[in-house]
Amino acid sequence: MGSPRWYYQISGQWLPWIAIVTVSLLVVGSIWGLAIAPMDFRQGNSYRIIYIHVPSVFVAMSGYMVMAIAAAITLIWKMKLAEVVMKCCAPIGAGMTFIALLSGSLWGKPTWGTYWVWDARLTSVLILFFLYLGVIALYEAFEDNISASKACAILSLVGSVNIPIIHWSVEWWNSLHQPATLKLTEESTMHPDMLYPLLIMIAGLYCLFALLLLLHTRSEILVRERGTKWVKELIAAK
Amino acid sequence: MQFDSFSDFLTMGGHGVYVWTVYGIALLVLSALVITPLRRDRRFFVEQSMLLRRDRTVDRKTTDIDSE
Repeated sequence: MGSPRWYYQISGQWLPWIAIVTVSLLVVGSIWGLAIAPMDFRQGNSYRIIYIHVPSVFVAMSGYMVMAIAAAITLIWKMKLAEVVMKCCAPIGAGMTFIALLSGSLWGKPTWGTYWVWDARLTSVLILFFLYLGVIALYEAFEDNISASKACAILSLVGSVNIPIIHWSVEWWNSLHQPATLKLTEESTMHPDMLYPLLIMIAGLYCLFALLLLLHTRSEILVRERGTKWVKELIAAK
Repeated sequence: MQFDSFSDFLTMGGHGVYVWTVYGIALLVLSALVITPLRRDRRFFVEQSMLLRRDRTVDRKTTDIDSE
């Protein structure tokens, strides 16, 4: 257990199921959010961007935590699989953060009258984007995998201070950004007709993150293990 | 359904440009993230099976020479 070969086999069995669940959730959530959910009485239809914006921010931040935990495991136990997970989180997280920033910006224009303000929430998410890009670039800058992983692991861990800053930025500093709509400890202020599609989209994007992480890690494992007998057997069987 | 007609659905009371751009770009970025590892895998298998076949032919040739 925990070996690349075991992981490759077991993840191959999960892949189609996660794909089916992901696609169903995202299709249902998008149609519901775009066409069936009622219009917001203050923001009009622009609020429909929330069904992309909030889920992508959640996944961008959780993805960073996955990367930082994998980084800690890489540094402490030098586990191969954790190293691969850390490396693969970076492009996925960068993509999610890009969507979060872009959707926020395009939501800001009709609601705040501007695409961008340099306030704490927006700036800290921009830093998150640069941290992801930093990990990708740093990995590429090293010749050997071991030094690259070590450097990236340290960067990921140091950068994780940004996550609580993003979370509490709207409470610590004055911000144009509205406070959280969804709270774990309190009842949501959102109407159920708007809330259900949002929850479906959040679940869908989390499943997509899992799916993407499986696809990227499997691909990375194949390349790294190409000299081994089990990968050669896979190649011969193709 | 919240919209009276399909054109209503597209314009979204003037917010259509923002909403559809966001959904479009999200779809684009996410599809790119799905396609990248799949294409990489396909290339990997094509290249590696070529290498494997070449190695086998080389092996066979060397045994041919050995037997001559």
